[in-house]
Amino acid sequence: MNNLAKPVIFLLCLWPGAYLIYAVYLVFTGGENLLGPDPAQFLSLQTGEWAIRLLILSLAITPLRYLLNWPYVFRLRRMIGLFAYFYVCMHLLVFLWFMLGWQWGNIGVEIAERPFITIGFSAFVLLTPLAATSFNTAQRKLGRNWKKLHRLTYAVSFLAVMHVIWIVRSSYFDAVLYGGLVFVLLGYRLLRKYSNGVKGFTLIR
Amino acid sequence: MIIKTRKDIASSEITPESVYRERRKFLKSSANVALGAAGAGLLSPAGIAQTGDSLFARAPADINLASKPDWLLEKVAQSVPAPESGPYFTDETKTPFDDVTTYNNFYEFGTGKGDPANNARDFRIDPWSVEVAGECGKPGTYTLEDILKPHAFEERIYRLRCVEAWSMVIPWIGFSLADLLQRFDPNGNANFVMFQTLVDGDQMPAQRSRFASIDWPYQEGLRMDEAMNPLAMMATGVYNDVLPAQNGAPLRLVVPWKYGFKSLKSIVRIEFTRRMPNNTWNDLQPSEYGFYANVNPEVSHPRWTQASERRLPSSLFKPQRIPTRMFNGYEEEVASLYAGMDLRRNY
Repeated sequence: MNNLAKPVIFLLCLWPGAYLIYAVYLVFTGGENLLGPDPAQFLSLQTGEWAIRLLILSLAITPLRYLLNWPYVFRLRRMIGLFAYFYVCMHLLVFLWFMLGWQWGNIGVEIAERPFITIGFSAFVLLTPLAATSFNTAQRKLGRNWKKLHRLTYAVSFLAVMHVIWIVRSSYFDAVLYGGLVFVLLGYRLLRKYSNGVKGFTLIR
Repeated sequence: MIIKTRKDIASSEITPESVYRERRKFLKSSANVALGAAGAGLLSPAGIAQTGDSLFARAPADINLASKPDWLLEKVAQSVPAPESGPYFTDETKTPFDDVTTYNNFYEFGTGKGDPANNARDFRIDPWSVEVAGECGKPGTYTLEDILKPHAFEERIYRLRCVEAWSMVIPWIGFSLADLLQRFDPNGNANFVMFQTLVDGDQMPAQRSRFASIDWPYQEGLRMDEAMNPLAMMATGVYNDVLPAQNGAPLRLVVPWKYGFKSLKSIVRIEFTRRMPNNTWNDLQPSEYGFYANVNPEVSHPRWTQASERRLPSSLFKPQRIPTRMFNGYEEEVASLYAGMDLRRNY
């Protein structure tokens, strides 16, 4: 089962991105439009949704390891985290290319008019050093600091939820879903930290 | 005097309706089978009905109605084609039927752009009635036939500008709102007119959602002089057919110089009021949505600029980003309604 888990999850994570890239390729070559009448908006929404879903999944790895007593999941964490970063990069690329049209002159207006863009961009900036230090050598070299550095994920997930809340028009479904998950996953860590030796918390160690 | 005769070619006759719809259906379904079926369940854990923005959520373009009453079809078929000049006409490229009917907001059916087309299947417009109340001489409950029978339908090609900064060009079928309102004899106290959309949780799934912050029924209002402006329209059809459920069947408002949310759909109540009625989006976010909601490139939404818009269908590599016009290009017809008003305050 463990042997299969990694390739299967790799393909599942890749699937939506591959589909979107294929759809962009179809438009580029004059084929069928799978992206609807507002393609930039659609791509932006999809890449953003997958970025936050995978980010949350990467935060769920530690609790899953203990709750399911399945140490193997630790081996999936880097891959899932890197996929989250992959979708964040796609999301940013969609914004710069298809929405802004590489018109850097307008970026100041966009950031001033739409603060959620600033929040989203901050999340991207914070996530970049984590992706850059994800390989084994960096992990070894940074030693204890590696773990500290990678706790930036907590801040990134908070910013990501703020980014989602900021674009809500009337339905709070996404905001409640993602916000709730992040709240539970970060809460779990707090509990774990401060519950050492307290009875009743053996489950989460 | 030269009297121009109208050409008999209507908007959608160039490609027969059935042909283009069937083609679209075929393409969609084959694409979905090839790419979607395997992943659809896994890909959308958040639930299609809630977010509606799943990769495969777009329904084929269709008139989603349980039935189309014969008398209504007949009336729509007899409608007068749009003129070739004047405010009821624009030569801008029309947004195709497929996009008009599969990509829009109708929050009673979900907040995703594809939700209305997906969730409005088999919507019932027969029987339908409209309650007329308030400051008028002829209040009462009118059947759809009572409401529509006396009016000759005409086609008008209007720009539609959504507050979310996208826009379309749509050939509506209907008649002047003023002609309808006058039949109810509004009295001297009728300063405003208020409209409400159907509440029916069985047919409109998002009205059952716990995550919607809207307090149903969806409600909108106009000042009486706005409502009586000849541009304000009651629409019953689009692209030479009856209005699909997802676009507000059987009866919707079209107020082309205002943001789309003023043009509420599936109307069941009209009330003449002395005081300014509440409107749904203003109740929800008063700092973001006003009562007037006139299209105005100079007044930004707090979270985005209104200076430009994406004309749909937009292209990925050449986005159709065009400047937004004052009153959506209907300044000549409606600017006088707001003479002396501070439009920055009365947004």
